[in-house]
Amino acid sequence: MDPLSGYGWMLISGFGLTLGVAISSMIGAILIGLIAASIKFSRIKIVRLIVGLYTTVIRGVPELVLLLLVYYGLPTLIQDIAGNMGYQVRLNLNPFIAGIATLSFIYGAFACEALRSAYLAIPKGQHETIIAFGFSRLRGFVWIIAPQLLRYALPALGNVWLVLLKATALISIIQLPELMRMTDMAARATRQPFTFFLVACLAYLLVTLISMWGQKYLEQWASKGIVRGAV
Amino acid sequence: MKNKFKYSVAILAIGFSANSYSQDLPDPLVIATEGAYPPFNYVDASGNVLGFEVDLARAMCEELKANCQFVTQDWDGIIPGLLARHYDAVVGSLYITDERKERIAFSEKYYQTPTRFVVMSDSDVEISDEGISRITIGTQRGTSFERMMRDEHPDADLRVYGSIDEAYQDLQSGRVDAVIDDVVSINENLLSQEHGGGYEMRGPEFSDPEWFGYGAGVGVHKDDKYIADAFSEAIRTIRENGTYERISNEWFGFDVYGEQ
Amino acid sequence: MNINAIIEGLPRFIDGVIITVTYAGGSLLIGFFMAIPVALMRSSRNRFFYWFSTGYVTFFRGTPLLAQLFLVYYGAGQFHHELDVIGLWDFFREPWFCAIFTLTLNTTAYTSEIWRGGLQAIPKAEIEAARACGLSDFQLLRHIMFPRALGIGWPAYTNEVVYQIQATSLVSVISVMDITGVARSIASRDFVYYEAFLFAAALYLLLVYGFIAFSRLVEKKLHRHLKDTTT
Repeated sequence: MDPLSGYGWMLISGFGLTLGVAISSMIGAILIGLIAASIKFSRIKIVRLIVGLYTTVIRGVPELVLLLLVYYGLPTLIQDIAGNMGYQVRLNLNPFIAGIATLSFIYGAFACEALRSAYLAIPKGQHETIIAFGFSRLRGFVWIIAPQLLRYALPALGNVWLVLLKATALISIIQLPELMRMTDMAARATRQPFTFFLVACLAYLLVTLISMWGQKYLEQWASKGIVRGAV
Repeated sequence: MKNKFKYSVAILAIGFSANSYSQDLPDPLVIATEGAYPPFNYVDASGNVLGFEVDLARAMCEELKANCQFVTQDWDGIIPGLLARHYDAVVGSLYITDERKERIAFSEKYYQTPTRFVVMSDSDVEISDEGISRITIGTQRGTSFERMMRDEHPDADLRVYGSIDEAYQDLQSGRVDAVIDDVVSINENLLSQEHGGGYEMRGPEFSDPEWFGYGAGVGVHKDDKYIADAFSEAIRTIRENGTYERISNEWFGFDVYGEQ
Repeated sequence: MNINAIIEGLPRFIDGVIITVTYAGGSLLIGFFMAIPVALMRSSRNRFFYWFSTGYVTFFRGTPLLAQLFLVYYGAGQFHHELDVIGLWDFFREPWFCAIFTLTLNTTAYTSEIWRGGLQAIPKAEIEAARACGLSDFQLLRHIMFPRALGIGWPAYTNEVVYQIQATSLVSVISVMDITGVARSIASRDFVYYEAFLFAAALYLLLVYGFIAFSRLVEKKLHRHLKDTTT
């Protein structure tokens, strides 16, 4: 007998969407993180302040509240503002895009911190070496700085990924048919919430374990040039 | 509103409607429903949107010769979605109340059923002002039921859920003593189910317009009143030509329109 | 912008703040102490203890809190007859119990890793020195190792508290009226979506940064013996 009473395919399709949302959001978060981190080193005070405010606010507000704010609050806010100025606005927030954008925005703040401290961990001498060898700034960044940035940032970015993966479950609240929502629907239809939520938990756990294993492998690969001293 | 241009703001995704100032209905006409309130509207295991309201909306669209598409939207977001124009109309047991009329526009009503409490048959729960304050009551967040409870019985132990189904789950596991809901929904979601034995409706019927309004109507954006008017026209037509009665009988075995 | 709805809802928001603080504080307090045996089990050579604690920690850290809450709340509902027989239903029928129960198990898993990391980071020489002074195992743990581990782990624990304050926002999905629950209720009641969620966000910011300020004071106290490194 099928313990999932024929709802297995729903969970699988939801699982696929969860992975899609998680991976897209992670890419978005790294991009936002890179931009925000480079701004943090900027000389213009006002942009530094804005980025500082961004990371401060994100760190202090629950993802769920931010998600509700973006999905339910933002459209009405924009409409109120536009309405006051006498314009009519039609704003279409697709849950898939809204979900990915919000998660990228939230975890961009964490990726920013990870990248910034990784950048600071690169010894100063490396930058001087680039100049000494007559590399252009771009070439220097691509060939010297970026690989080290990756090595130093990987552990922290790996953490961001694990937290982000679990946070995708919240997107169910803005009705994207990802794993949690599909599980919820199946649990209600079959009246077996325990079975279904346990299966969902195990699915998340599986991705977490694979990610942790992958992270270890990646970290080894990224530091293959490093010879560890005897401890 | 002097400026009659429509601006579409490029945030995340852009929707654009060309000419809602002409009186042509949008094509496609996107209709939102909750999809979790059987038998009025629900989604089956293969993802199809079904229900009395869905059939009714299809019949109205046929009258209007509109190309209608259905989307589902959680109850929490059904009015913000309309305000943000994610869709053109809501056909989802949205009661016409004065409070809501301040934010959105409605067609005439297309059904009206009373509200009641449902409890376990062998419980000694009493549905009175005093009895209600002693028990735990479940209902759906953001509904007229929640409004009435908060206004009339602010001291009651009220639990609100994202969907009505969760409230019934907790009634059955004994977490709440009563659920307040529409009588048709009570019948469909609990009493007529195999696990629904041992429950009964208790206390008076509630239909005070302050909370339950004037029945359920098609909700539209305030600037789209003409869409609501078109639906009102369609409701009258299908009431007259017998289509309404046929659909109502199919789903309920009686006419849910309520008082004329 | 409709400020009136928020002002009218203020008493409900205050109740929400009390719920949020109680749930976060209660689960953190219990979790703080429950995490100690878990951390010791994780470092134990006894296979059963090791695998039991590792399984528990991995499950709760590797799955979304939202899924855990649904699993406990609706899962318990599925087994309410069985739970009734063993007398536990009286607890699991209450949303507050399910919420604090899940939050506690969750924070215990994370906190145990902080304890474990702190205990492992204590220099071997300190432990040997304490042994040389004739301290018993219990005295060693009580007077040397735990205070040291706490000092080492405090910054990480501050993060855990911040995370937990935000995590409580999820209890609104099982009908608890915390800050987020109140905001969702008021938002849909008065159509004040962004106002309600912005106000909720502000309350969380206040709680989180209030705690961080408090934590800095504690940190100074924990490191009062290290005068020159205190910043």
